[in-house]
Amino acid sequence: MERTRIVFSGSGGQGVITAAIILAEAAVIKEGMEAVQSQSYGAAARGGATRSDIILSDEPINYPGILQPDILVCLTQSVYTQYAGIIRPGGLLLTDPRFVKPAKEADAYQVCVPIYDMVMEKIGKPIVFNISMLGTLFGIRPLFNPDSLMEVIAERVPKGFVELNKKAFTLGLELGEKYRQNF
Amino acid sequence: MTKEIRFVQGNEACVEGALYAGCSFFAGYPITPSTEIAELLAARLPQHGGTFIQMEDEIAAMSAIIGASLTGNKVLTATSGPGFSLKQEAIGYACMAEVPCVVANVQRGGPSTGNPTHVAQGDINQARWGTHGDHSIIALTASNHQDIFKMTVDAFNLAETYRTPVILLFDEAVGHLRAKLEIPTEGELDVVDRLRTSLPEGVNYHPYLPREDGRLPMSDFGDSHRYNVTGLFHDMWGFPTADPTSINDLLHHLVDKIENNVADITRYKEHFMDDAQYVLVSYGSSARSAIHLATERRARGERLGVLELQSIWPFPKELIREKCDGARAVLVCEMNMGQVVEHVRAAVRKPNRVFLANRVDGKLITPLDIKKFLRMIQGRGA
Repeated sequence: MERTRIVFSGSGGQGVITAAIILAEAAVIKEGMEAVQSQSYGAAARGGATRSDIILSDEPINYPGILQPDILVCLTQSVYTQYAGIIRPGGLLLTDPRFVKPAKEADAYQVCVPIYDMVMEKIGKPIVFNISMLGTLFGIRPLFNPDSLMEVIAERVPKGFVELNKKAFTLGLELGEKYRQNF
Repeated sequence: MTKEIRFVQGNEACVEGALYAGCSFFAGYPITPSTEIAELLAARLPQHGGTFIQMEDEIAAMSAIIGASLTGNKVLTATSGPGFSLKQEAIGYACMAEVPCVVANVQRGGPSTGNPTHVAQGDINQARWGTHGDHSIIALTASNHQDIFKMTVDAFNLAETYRTPVILLFDEAVGHLRAKLEIPTEGELDVVDRLRTSLPEGVNYHPYLPREDGRLPMSDFGDSHRYNVTGLFHDMWGFPTADPTSINDLLHHLVDKIENNVADITRYKEHFMDDAQYVLVSYGSSARSAIHLATERRARGERLGVLELQSIWPFPKELIREKCDGARAVLVCEMNMGQVVEHVRAAVRKPNRVFLANRVDGKLITPLDIKKFLRMIQGRGA
């Protein structure tokens, strides 16, 4: 695949970093791709802006940072304000209306998907929000086989929670597919 | 046989390398951004029959690995800037007493507590001269996970071969980065075992009497032989001495055993160096950006190459002189105020053609940063 640069941003505790690790790990372990994942650390464990950068490629990846993401996910208003402008023209900008009131115009395919409300309505537990976000992203833009992601999710979460996470991922996929656009 | 492929942080690659090399003892005190090394070894070492101890501070941790090494273990501690400062006295003791040990310093911003969660490469000279008195030291570094693994194995090998502390100068960016690691199979990388004396119990063992090849076989402390270990200048029994000849000989030995073997210790990689007009000298995570830039510029026909240093100390002077000789200019890319650039200038024939491309704000230097420096020295403006 062509080099794909993905930025997940939100606030501490939303699970954006875990989601980023799952995505990159699936690319490397299950899909045989090259991937790097990095994150900005603050001093606090919860709250405050968090950002994780993922690069997927068939070629070795040297510089691991991202200046212009092809895919940008913003899960708070403040990170949306901070990062919406860096998206690569024509990129995919994914937000959730629960957290973000997007600007009317963006130089990107901007989609505002009610992931959080769907999770609360159909599952009732916000803890799987990040997994539904991953599912939604893959529904809109299948970067690789979603089964690979599901395998990694199953390996990483505690046994009693695998079914819950599978459900969250599948619901996200179905939700995202409604927003899929052909390029 | 398909290799085990993992998706891990650089710090975990260091852990895997240490276990591959036969590390059986770790003592440490957690400090960002090195903590994952301790955290993972706390889980892994007991599974391998090894021992993990969290000590009360970094000084105690350094002292503990020295003791554990003398009893026959391959040992590691991990730290970052402030902890590395605290370890210096005991590192000097390990130099003097010739105790094999590996110290991983995952660098962060300094001085003092500095910038714990962000990257820097400011401990290069501290690794060389952090402890007092004439001595020599070995320091290795790496820019990617496969090389972190390999350099960690090499660090243990060199520590055993030269009976010296070896410093692993990693940094936050590569330590925390997650990427692919292929675990080498058993036997794929050389592992140097402890050289032990063949003298049986009851026969006098001289801990500091070199063999004909100059190496000093060890005897596990507390096992078959009684001997003394000290930070004072000592004789072949390990007892303190003020004899001028003994002092002179020992100091020369401590320096010469490393400085006479620079070629054996030197580790490096070349990227696009064949016909390079401009050479980027870099190491650690900075080298990732240098390689990125060179890859990009080569595609446009620019003759740009990267000399990636994987050993910093002893400084590979001859290598630098040879590889940079034909270059129009040499740009040293590092995240400090210019620590390696000075040694590059001292090594080359034309020091006024050596420039520094640096970044010291806690952010990883970018390919664009380096490109701007390059265009400036090429006279093309930023």
